[in-house]
Amino acid sequence: MWAPAASAAEFEEVRPILEKACFQCHNVNVPLGGVVLDTAEGAKASASTIAPTLEPGSADLMPPAGALPEGQRKLLAEWAEAGAAWPAGVVLGEESPEESDERALAEAVYGRLQGQSDEVVRYAEQIPGTSVTFEMAPIPGGEFLMGSPEDEPGRTEAEGPQRQVKVDPFWMGVTEVTWDLYRMFMFSELSGEKPGEDEVVDGISRPTAPYVEMSFGMGVEGYPAISMTQHAAQKFTQWLSAKTGRFYRLPTEAEWEYACRAGTTTAYSFGDDPAEMKDYGWYWDISDYKYAKVGEKKPNPWGLHDMHGNVMEWTLDTYTEKGYDPGAAAENPWVRATTLYPRTARGGSWNDDPDKLRCAARVGSTPEWKMQDPQLPKSIWYLTDAQGLGLRVVRPVETPSAAEMFEYWNSGLAPE
Amino acid sequence: MNDKQTPETSANRRDFLKTGAVTAAAAGFPSIISAASVDNAINVGLVGAGGRGTGAAAQAMAADDFAHLTAIADVADSQIEQSLERLKKSSGEKVQVEPSHQFLGLDAYEKVIDSDVDVVILATPPGFRPPHVRRTIEAGKHLFCEKPVAVDSPGVRAVLESSDLAAEKGVSIVSGFCWRYSNYIQETFEQMDSGAIGKLITHYATYYTNPVKPMPPMSERPAGMSDATWGVSNWYNFVEFCGDSLVEQAIHSVDKVAWLKKDVPPVSCVAVGGRQVPANAGNIYDHFSANYLYEDGFRGIVASRQIPGCHNENADYILGADGTCTIGKGPIPQIEGKNRWAYRGDKYNMYQREHDVLFQAIRRGELLNDGRRMATSTLMGLMGRQAAYTGQEVTWDQIMNSEEVVFDPATFTLGGDFDPRPMPVPGRTQLI
Repeated sequence: MWAPAASAAEFEEVRPILEKACFQCHNVNVPLGGVVLDTAEGAKASASTIAPTLEPGSADLMPPAGALPEGQRKLLAEWAEAGAAWPAGVVLGEESPEESDERALAEAVYGRLQGQSDEVVRYAEQIPGTSVTFEMAPIPGGEFLMGSPEDEPGRTEAEGPQRQVKVDPFWMGVTEVTWDLYRMFMFSELSGEKPGEDEVVDGISRPTAPYVEMSFGMGVEGYPAISMTQHAAQKFTQWLSAKTGRFYRLPTEAEWEYACRAGTTTAYSFGDDPAEMKDYGWYWDISDYKYAKVGEKKPNPWGLHDMHGNVMEWTLDTYTEKGYDPGAAAENPWVRATTLYPRTARGGSWNDDPDKLRCAARVGSTPEWKMQDPQLPKSIWYLTDAQGLGLRVVRPVETPSAAEMFEYWNSGLAPE
Repeated sequence: MNDKQTPETSANRRDFLKTGAVTAAAAGFPSIISAASVDNAINVGLVGAGGRGTGAAAQAMAADDFAHLTAIADVADSQIEQSLERLKKSSGEKVQVEPSHQFLGLDAYEKVIDSDVDVVILATPPGFRPPHVRRTIEAGKHLFCEKPVAVDSPGVRAVLESSDLAAEKGVSIVSGFCWRYSNYIQETFEQMDSGAIGKLITHYATYYTNPVKPMPPMSERPAGMSDATWGVSNWYNFVEFCGDSLVEQAIHSVDKVAWLKKDVPPVSCVAVGGRQVPANAGNIYDHFSANYLYEDGFRGIVASRQIPGCHNENADYILGADGTCTIGKGPIPQIEGKNRWAYRGDKYNMYQREHDVLFQAIRRGELLNDGRRMATSTLMGLMGRQAAYTGQEVTWDQIMNSEEVVFDPATFTLGGDFDPRPMPVPGRTQLI
């Protein structure tokens, strides 16, 4: 018989949660409240105290910044109540050599960032040594109601409950990232890079050469880049930061929806009538079965093109099919994923009908997006079947620390 | 996007499991009942534990809730180790391969087939395949057989014999010519079958990709490694092991031509090919263009290239009297002309589907046999290859009866010599 997962597997499921949410304040060196969660002995001793503190509303809520998403709470509580199984010899927080290298690399990129006191206005960025440019539009900080009302046509449970969210100011790409730009990351020779010339850029891991042509015949120059994994998208933003000396990353889901709405509260940034979509975004009926060049349709009130349609866009957050966790942080939320799938893509694509292009519409990534890759292990760089998925970059006005940058650039992988 | 599970397959599987387990036992499938130490299990053996074999094993285990991997074979123990590690992550406790069932070497396939497996997955380089197929069918085991099935005509003929034996033995053969199991390509072909583009005139296919596993420089060859082992480690670069690029990779396009023509073989083929960019070693061409002529005047043209830095494309342009069907120029197959059409809907995972279909057939006591068509498509690839190698027009009868042995696994040893055939020269290389 196909037996339930062994206890070791359960540990592997909770391990990322412990590492992200618990062990910084509960380890043998920093045992806050006497709770130690980085060793087997510590976890066993503290097992009975864990579950009650995870509940939203608990007086001793853990983590103090805000309750964990429901799925993570459940996993952690069940694991603790079953005796906190822990494989022999494992100690959390012992960094692998690869991770140390990535931290050093993030610090090196951080060290070269300049122009961070730039005026918060629209600007064009040029990749040094090339003629390729892209534009960034300022997005003012503010508050908005995230998600959709229950009576919005096409709405799914994942889009609620609506909640008030505050977002700090940032810049966002005026268009989706094009192949012109992304292919310089895929093929270093296209960006004029020579090995040994820039050791920071050389240190950033780059995609392996794809076997097939990755635009699938839909066009390259001026068209949006597609079919990259979230890991590839994150590494692209790190590469872009190192090349330009400005910090770029993927948007959080809250930043994305905030920028898409651009101060509006309707289903689309142009109102509630899907019939108007033909002026603002590419969708199935008008797409000629493929994506279009970026920036051909009208922008939203904040100057962003193709937020509705053309290609879906990666965000950093995990996808929650049952909706948003009311316990999640209300300021600059980033609901981090602990698994490779599902993560959220926004905006809908050429392959969708207009209702999938709504400001609040969410899609979760799945292993099916890689199903044309017949091998195991599968590529960590390409989603061979996500031909309607691309990305757009953001740059926060306040530049974060090197440690935070590390997280934005290195959270795209998880064991498959 | 294609973000949904495969409702059809998983629903079928679930439906079956509600009622079918009992039915299966009652109907009595000897190979299942006798081989299973656990009620209702289907034991799977993997021969060739590289990336594709490992992927196929994971799909086999996902195809049936009671499918277990119980035996594995490869020529390198590192491959077995890595494969099992991957599979434990993807398939958990369904991986039940005892150390005594991890077999190493060129004869390891016999030990897997002779163990208590019910299904054998053949995923080694194709040069080794024909005796693997024979052994599997003779032992009365169900077969999932990767493409292509041979690298020469004697190999194809052997597979045809095995395929015919399968019915007698009561076992199924499902082939890894995967597009035949793609729901959206199936639907596109159904459109053409029902006359959407009128009388079919020409199928022009492109298979322009980056090189597969290019030959590393000699400096990377480990000290003391034999020629034979070094060759097998870089199998894709040698016609003896891979059959050349038209037969190993662009064969998917060849197979679509065969599918469109209902697996009736062409009468003749003229082809060009060669190597434009020198490789570190090896004897395969880096481009082909094969033109297949059918009895009714229809032509199938398959052009392939594996050269870095070139325009890449994997498309099919099927011209009919009333329109054109285009596949692979953009993600959506479409028809232009009198009857405009484009596929809309979910795309199921064809690699998973191959195994779902095989395991469903086993559970239901039905027999599937892709044997003849997988051999026919492979022979079409050989026909195009030999037409390019020789520069001659090659007829179906000629290639079907060719006596040329490109590779004989029976006389090959890993510790021995391996003297690759010289690169063929059109106009001088003879058709044998």
